[in-house]
Amino acid sequence: MRKLALPEEVLLTIEKPARYIGNEINSVIKDKNRVDIRFCMCFPDVYEIGMSHLGIQILYDMFNQWEDTWCERVYSPWMDADHILREKNIPLFALESQDPIKNFDFLGITIQYEMCYTNILQVLDLSNIPLVAAERTWDDPIVIGGGPCTYNPEPIADFFDLFYIGEGETQYRNLLDLYKEMRAKNATREEFLIEAGKLPGIYAPSFYVVTYQEDGTIADMQPTVPGLPKTILKEIVTDVSETYYPLKPVVPFIKCTQDRVVLEIQRGCIRGCRFCQAGQLYRPVRERNVDLLKKYAVAMLDNTGHEEISLSSLSSSDYSELPELVNFLIDECREKKVNISLPSLRIDAFSLDVMSKVQDIKKSSLTFAPEAGTQRLRNVINKGLTEPVILNGAIQAFEGGWTRVKLYFMLGLPTETNEDIRGIAELANKIAAAFFETVPKEKRREKVQIVVSTSFFIPKPFTPFQWATMYHKEDYIEKAYQTRQAISEQLNQRSIKYNWHEADVSVLEGVFARGDRKLGKVLLNAYKRGCYFDAWSEFYKHEEWLKAFEECNIDIDFYTTRERSLDEVFPWDFIDCGVTKEFLKKEWLRAHEESVTPNCKVQCNACGAARFGCGICFEERGTAE
Amino acid sequence: MKIRIKFTKHGALKFIGHLDVMRYFQKAIRRSGIDVAYSTGFSPHQIMSFAAPLGVGLTSDGEYFDLEVHSVTSSEDMKKRLNDTMADGIEILSVLALPEKCKNAMASVAAAGYEISFREGHEPKFSIAEAIGHFLDRDQVLYIKKTQKNEITLDLKQSVYKIGLTNDNRIFLLVDASSAGNIKPIMVMEALYREYDEIPGDFDFCIHRTETYLRDEDGTLKPLDSIGQAI
Repeated sequence: MRKLALPEEVLLTIEKPARYIGNEINSVIKDKNRVDIRFCMCFPDVYEIGMSHLGIQILYDMFNQWEDTWCERVYSPWMDADHILREKNIPLFALESQDPIKNFDFLGITIQYEMCYTNILQVLDLSNIPLVAAERTWDDPIVIGGGPCTYNPEPIADFFDLFYIGEGETQYRNLLDLYKEMRAKNATREEFLIEAGKLPGIYAPSFYVVTYQEDGTIADMQPTVPGLPKTILKEIVTDVSETYYPLKPVVPFIKCTQDRVVLEIQRGCIRGCRFCQAGQLYRPVRERNVDLLKKYAVAMLDNTGHEEISLSSLSSSDYSELPELVNFLIDECREKKVNISLPSLRIDAFSLDVMSKVQDIKKSSLTFAPEAGTQRLRNVINKGLTEPVILNGAIQAFEGGWTRVKLYFMLGLPTETNEDIRGIAELANKIAAAFFETVPKEKRREKVQIVVSTSFFIPKPFTPFQWATMYHKEDYIEKAYQTRQAISEQLNQRSIKYNWHEADVSVLEGVFARGDRKLGKVLLNAYKRGCYFDAWSEFYKHEEWLKAFEECNIDIDFYTTRERSLDEVFPWDFIDCGVTKEFLKKEWLRAHEESVTPNCKVQCNACGAARFGCGICFEERGTAE
Repeated sequence: MKIRIKFTKHGALKFIGHLDVMRYFQKAIRRSGIDVAYSTGFSPHQIMSFAAPLGVGLTSDGEYFDLEVHSVTSSEDMKKRLNDTMADGIEILSVLALPEKCKNAMASVAAAGYEISFREGHEPKFSIAEAIGHFLDRDQVLYIKKTQKNEITLDLKQSVYKIGLTNDNRIFLLVDASSAGNIKPIMVMEALYREYDEIPGDFDFCIHRTETYLRDEDGTLKPLDSIGQAI
């Protein structure tokens, strides 16, 4: 039997011991004496969330294809195991070898949302790795961050040796080769980090110095070592069909959030919604070859035994070969008795037809994301969805037998008025009314149910709304209250259910999304006060967070409600995601004019992403006026 | 037709609970390419029946489930296909065809055999051989089984068919495991300790299921695969 890091008594007392034992189907075991590099991939949240992340699966597969590298996994131990590790002084370990993380060459942390920042500290702490990068030696792994949050790495810059900006498939080989070479030469850790920082897409934060204006905004940011770039250009896979894809993903023993085969059909999004960070970060749109995807789907189903397959992309309806792919999957999956799940589909005749084939209409619901209640505000956010389109889709769906509709909105968007909030309730009411008009009484087998959910808009870096102001917690609660009130005044209010997100966490997420290096000490302070698993409401300690800000003398409003001028230097300006600040600024001004910008398929709007020389930028279509 | 599959559960796999083991096998069967039968409807599922759920922390050499299949190759081929896709800790011991008319695995379970050893440092202060002697001498050993709703008093003498010590000082047990009687080994251990006014701790024992039994027409206990035929 493989040795386990946790003693049996511990495994038998904690919740879901399968989170810590590894040994899953398709997990990779290598002989540690026959590899040069041991890499541990971390998703700093609980196993079931982390195991559902496609990015880690892709990189895990890529690293393990390399003979000189063994890549393993680690996730945030849940609170019960966390306490035992601390109490018994058991160092955090990787699932495959069950060896301490501290013994690894690299600890790679994917950073998918701001509310996991303190969990990064938890993982480092439990691994006995100094939290602050400056205190680390060759006895510690190189801690490298990746993922969407690293497009503004500054709030967590103190805790990382390196950041990888962009898609992981392209530079890791070079980074590992550099590591091997410099370790062989007995280079110092600092020498290695400097050389690494010269590789494309790699940012070595400790060799940059930030200076501030009197008002607290940034004056300048400069590398302190010659040869390091002043701006870091994101890395991107130019041909997404000619790259790594995990045909044998790890199959967990316990049910995870994503208990299915995930087929990534494309990267990027043509839409350009002005609030959406992913829509800008992952430009340009690059589609995977449909024949390749068919082969992948079959191989992955065979290799995992999953009973469901899901398509992954930011907007699946925009994939040009969608009908061909979906029809293939319907036939293939009928034979294999596999379910198909199709998230992020626009509701239209095609998708309704497909969904009626793959789902039980009685049990499923339709989802629309109008994001805003009025056409005016939808124009501001550049969400191309119009009321007639939503109502038409809903009517077709009701005719097809669906009775449940989910609607997603955001509160607190730039320029929002009371009328826009009322518009949410009115739109929901119109959809309910459409049901009663469409479906005759004798055919109403089930009650119509409209579920309205609102979240609070949080401005993110590299979006046209990066200049937007946020609100105070009380204002957000008031907005949710107004929405609820407006819904209760609707004629069909009995058919409408309303859910909203909590406001505390939204404010905090807003602080870190557009935060700077000064926030590092707040994170450290909050973590020491016991704040982690902040994304889990049962562990979120708002009072402690407020104390941490106060003790560090950091004003939350500076990051949230403050008006940012058009020429302000942002903490993330040294990163170049392809889309230019000029373009974002133009879009921010167009938003205030309530003008809609056409999507990338209609015409090129010269956002800057064409410099990568790939994807939709090089397909034929209209040009910007 | 129906096949009965016998498997072991060892090592780290003992921390995987019964429901997850069922999910594990559903995926494993898909990977193995066995021509399994599915229910109809929007979410078709494999038609399978597991014998006796094994608690988390226990190991076993005698686990079973039945599977409805459309077609078969051979016992050896199906066993190999499954073993090729097993996680470390689960091994398929046999794949046998079941007769036309027979109870499914779950309904067939009549008894289960166990071996219990003491974890190092957790041995009892009293002689376990003596405790077993007391147990055997008594006419009646009452045990109060607490369920979610109420308490039931059982006579363990009626449901413990065999109890004794192996050469290397492990306790062997053969107990009623039918849905009506279902005796857990820990219940028997509690009864043994009670003689000495002691209560066993949660981690005192390593419990290993050796076999799961059915009762044939003559009333004899036989391993669950005794009615299967090699293909």
